[in-house]
Amino acid sequence: MAKRSPLKLITNRLLAAIPSLAGVVVVAFVLTRELPGDTAAYFAGPAATQEAIAQISEQLGLDKSRWIQFWIYANNLFHGDLGRSLTTGQPVLTDLIEKLPASLELTGLGLLFAISIAIPLGIVAALHPNSWIDRLARSVTTAGVSLPTFFTGLLLQYVLYYKLGWAPPPVGRLDLFTTPPTHITGFYSIDSLLELNISTFVDAIAHLLLPAFTLGIFALAPLARVTRASMLGILSSDFIRTARANGLPRHTIVFSYAFRNALLPIVTTLGVVFSFLLGANVLVEKVFAWEGIGSYAVEALETSDYAPIQGFVLTMATLYVLLNLAIDVLYGIIDPRVEVDA
Amino acid sequence: MKRRDLLKGGAAVVAGAALAGTAQSTRSAPMLVAQANSDNTLRVVRGGGFPNGLDLHAVGTNRPAYGSAWNLYDRLMTFGTKTLDDGSESYDFTVLEPELAESWEIAEDGLSATFKLRQDATFHDGTPVTANDVKWSFDRAVSVGGFPTFQMKAGALESPEQFSVVDDYTFRVDFLRQDKLTMIDMAVPIPVIINSELVKQHVTEDDPWGTEWVNANDAGGGAYQLDTFKPGERLVLKRFEEWKSGPLPQIEQIIVLDVPEAGTRRALLERGDVDINFDVAEKDTKELRDIGDFTVISTPIENAMHTIDLNSTAELGGEPNPFFDVKVRQAVAYAIPYEAIMSTAMFGQGVPMFGGPSFEPETIDWPQPYPYATDMEKAKATLAESSYPDGFATTLAFNLGTQEWAEPMCVLIQEALAELGIQVTLEKVPGANFRAVLVEKNRPMIINNFGGWLNYPDYFFFYSYHGQNATFNGSSYQNPELDELVDAALQTGPGDPAYDEYVKSFLKIAFEEMPRVPMVQPSLSVAMQPNISGYQYWFHRQLDYRQLVKG
Amino acid sequence: MTAFLRQARYTIAENRMTLVAFLLFVAFVVMGIFGPWVVPFSPRQTNAALQLQPPTWQHWFGTDELGRDVFSRAIAATRLDLGIAISAVGMSFLAGSIVGTCSGYFGGWVDRIAGRVIDTIMAFPLFVLAMGIVAALGNSVENIIYATALVNLPLYARVVRSEVVVARQAGYVEAARLAGNGDWRIMAAHIFPNVLPATMVPMSLNMGWSILNAAGLSFIGLGVRPPTAEWGIMVAEGATYIISGEWWMALFPGMMLMLAVFCFNLLGDGLRDLVDPRRRS
Repeated sequence: MAKRSPLKLITNRLLAAIPSLAGVVVVAFVLTRELPGDTAAYFAGPAATQEAIAQISEQLGLDKSRWIQFWIYANNLFHGDLGRSLTTGQPVLTDLIEKLPASLELTGLGLLFAISIAIPLGIVAALHPNSWIDRLARSVTTAGVSLPTFFTGLLLQYVLYYKLGWAPPPVGRLDLFTTPPTHITGFYSIDSLLELNISTFVDAIAHLLLPAFTLGIFALAPLARVTRASMLGILSSDFIRTARANGLPRHTIVFSYAFRNALLPIVTTLGVVFSFLLGANVLVEKVFAWEGIGSYAVEALETSDYAPIQGFVLTMATLYVLLNLAIDVLYGIIDPRVEVDA
Repeated sequence: MKRRDLLKGGAAVVAGAALAGTAQSTRSAPMLVAQANSDNTLRVVRGGGFPNGLDLHAVGTNRPAYGSAWNLYDRLMTFGTKTLDDGSESYDFTVLEPELAESWEIAEDGLSATFKLRQDATFHDGTPVTANDVKWSFDRAVSVGGFPTFQMKAGALESPEQFSVVDDYTFRVDFLRQDKLTMIDMAVPIPVIINSELVKQHVTEDDPWGTEWVNANDAGGGAYQLDTFKPGERLVLKRFEEWKSGPLPQIEQIIVLDVPEAGTRRALLERGDVDINFDVAEKDTKELRDIGDFTVISTPIENAMHTIDLNSTAELGGEPNPFFDVKVRQAVAYAIPYEAIMSTAMFGQGVPMFGGPSFEPETIDWPQPYPYATDMEKAKATLAESSYPDGFATTLAFNLGTQEWAEPMCVLIQEALAELGIQVTLEKVPGANFRAVLVEKNRPMIINNFGGWLNYPDYFFFYSYHGQNATFNGSSYQNPELDELVDAALQTGPGDPAYDEYVKSFLKIAFEEMPRVPMVQPSLSVAMQPNISGYQYWFHRQLDYRQLVKG
Repeated sequence: MTAFLRQARYTIAENRMTLVAFLLFVAFVVMGIFGPWVVPFSPRQTNAALQLQPPTWQHWFGTDELGRDVFSRAIAATRLDLGIAISAVGMSFLAGSIVGTCSGYFGGWVDRIAGRVIDTIMAFPLFVLAMGIVAALGNSVENIIYATALVNLPLYARVVRSEVVVARQAGYVEAARLAGNGDWRIMAAHIFPNVLPATMVPMSLNMGWSILNAAGLSFIGLGVRPPTAEWGIMVAEGATYIISGEWWMALFPGMMLMLAVFCFNLLGDGLRDLVDPRRRS
């Protein structure tokens, strides 16, 4: 098989993703229109008369047939217009651009936390299979994935903020009196570093810790499990035995040979976990009053505000596609022998 | 005239500058002032949601937005202040006081009011406030549709022709008729005075009143001006130093944070990270009061009740509706476990609306307890007389947004009605859908918490019992006799003996017919750090920052 | 079959945690079946005088805001929660297997269409899709089950498809075909039983996830109807009482929920060892 250029791979992959993205657009549209709430009635305010509701329904274009509504929506979407949120009064695109970095920052740090705990745990467990440390690692990580995130979050808040006062108030991304850094990437931790503003950086990280930890706990189990399994498989393979027989130092064997080769399934799992965490974010954001897209979507769902829900779902789907693409590209870097089907 | 022209020119320049400033503050990174001196900053969290816009004339502006508009904008008049029995402060419904209008006069025929405006008042961008702005703002309120127009209509303010500019600082309102609600309706949050010249720069063909722009920007002249507004996140206001419509407030900066979890709000207060926790749930109110470290003030909400509305139409969805039978409704009213609801769902907060003395109303006090109390024997006997002696199956819907008190309330009701043989399924409806439930009126039983701004029983009855069948008439109750009495009462007012008679008569009908079963008059509670004072209860159930004092 | 049993005994004997998980599972099943009859109090009986009592000898897990016994409610909830998990997983297993078997066996356009549909579902954030479905259909136990089943469907479809693609070429399938069996019969009687073991692990892990998913839905108000006892809604409602000091309302149901999910996860691990001895530790 001829080797494909990465560029071609990327283009092919993106083209192949179009049908499922289109599917997502349709499903999101149908789902939002099936929501039982009457958007016009809700936004007409408490004392609205039937005429007022009809008037608003007309303003919002909700009196038109579903097909026409869909056509208008699709047409706008094609022109990059995601519509306007009735809840915030802003274009959905503006809202998403503002809120997406907050969610990504939280998820990213949560994942980083999970990686830094789960992978060493998995390696140690693989080096000492069925030892007490293996069992302990397994119980702890499994327990982590067995708790509802909102419960963990509130419990951590109670102990670390309310009882001990170690954590900052669980509201938002920065302290009340800290000025957010200039919007460069939208990630407060990165933007503050770019501005060399250490106190803002510390504040941003302090606010990130608890929610990221809450989220990360949930990702420990799959990562530790796959690391352990993958390492076990590699460690019992012939080339490691050969390396061992040749008297190579243990850490060289473990890290340079075994871990590098065990990385492939770990990366796959990372991708799955990341997209799962992006979804699980919804609850954590609500608990920590985090201004991300998850809480934005929940709020829109509660008010039957269509445009933000559709925008949110589309963003998540796009992220999912890009993420899978990134993983495929990463595969090629980790193991150049891997051929990825477009 | 010359001075006026000069002012106009100056204003345009200032307006341009202000525009650039506000546009920046809402779009790019928020310009939160790094505050070293937090003594003059008030940090607020609140229940009941977060403002979703700044223009309370815009479609879909929620209740918390009335609070921000109340402080950002001036109205012509405001209400006086009185001290309640428990020593707390409240607005005084009976006294109108000057705000933007220095003074006013009612014409001798009682059919118009002429307002003299303050000549030194300016909007936040420095433009002087003139009668043209007032006229434009009033025109907007009666023309824009939706809730604002509806509320104006409640005070017989219906058409732009009623409003005229006499001169730059004189404004006249012509009345459609003599109506006791007209003057006070001009002091509610809706008729705010908007900077018309500024907004006119942002109107479009689709949006002739510029609601889109006003919803995200500051076009006011109130005691506070906008610093940052991020819906779902935070609202920052700072004091308008040139405010002339009242004494300059003490607090320089207000930060309102959106914290959806009630437990977190409470923790923030207890940890000292916020100054005020407003609109606190019943349980937290009770417990924060017991802790004793905070100033906790609860005020019964005027003209408001938590009720179960029993749909009184003959059929629902093509099926005969048991609650059409008045005996069934009365049986339900006798079966409700009122005391248990008061103690468990309401944590003892609020005023009981049950156990009234007699089916003959003795006073026109409102709200007043209905003459029902829990009496299972009587309930069973009454149901036995109905066409459903063995009970039936039905549903009870409540709003997820009021879950804190409504869910335990519903569970208790369900348990009690089961004793009568009435099998109730509970339906928990998310906020947006509940509005649809109210509009569709197709549920047999719902939990309703309607409250009226204008504190008259006839006003309450007009929206919740009258045959016009407004959204709040959750029981779709129809009774021409009651309608006549309510209409007649609306035409008269307290002091008139006929008024008392009308009110007592329609109350009597409500007592006997029971289309809605009142349980409690809820309270509005605020918990504050001990160094905060000056809190006042307002009928719009929002915080007025202008009277608050820190330290 | 005897080989399988031997393997099972070996795995359990070797891995005590799987044994513990298995015993826990049995305990939960017993609780689910008999729980509602043996609890000391009625899980629905309110008592205004006993509101928010901390744990005592009479009320082991304390009482909730309506004076109901948390212990009785937590035990009684087992049946519903296991029911939700089992039916959701069962449904998605069934539907997913059918889709996966067909698309793996027939290939071609069947495979392509199924693949697209599954990609579309997977491109949704799972929890949000479940949220949307329950919000659109209304919050009832059935709709929670449907939503959970739908979001899990791709998992089974994918696992089954990849197994079927391999099995299609296997000798025994060829033999069955030569013996004159039709496509449907081959799929149902020959291929499917052979790919079944591969789905056991995701099923077990999925049970736990389904319970968590229902709990999450409860937390944002899309859970079962009150006054039904369900762990998720008990934790969700109790969680708002943590700050005010009534920790028992959330903690005990939370522990039950965690134990159940924990047990399913460990069982999944154990099953993995059982099904796939090569990867066994």
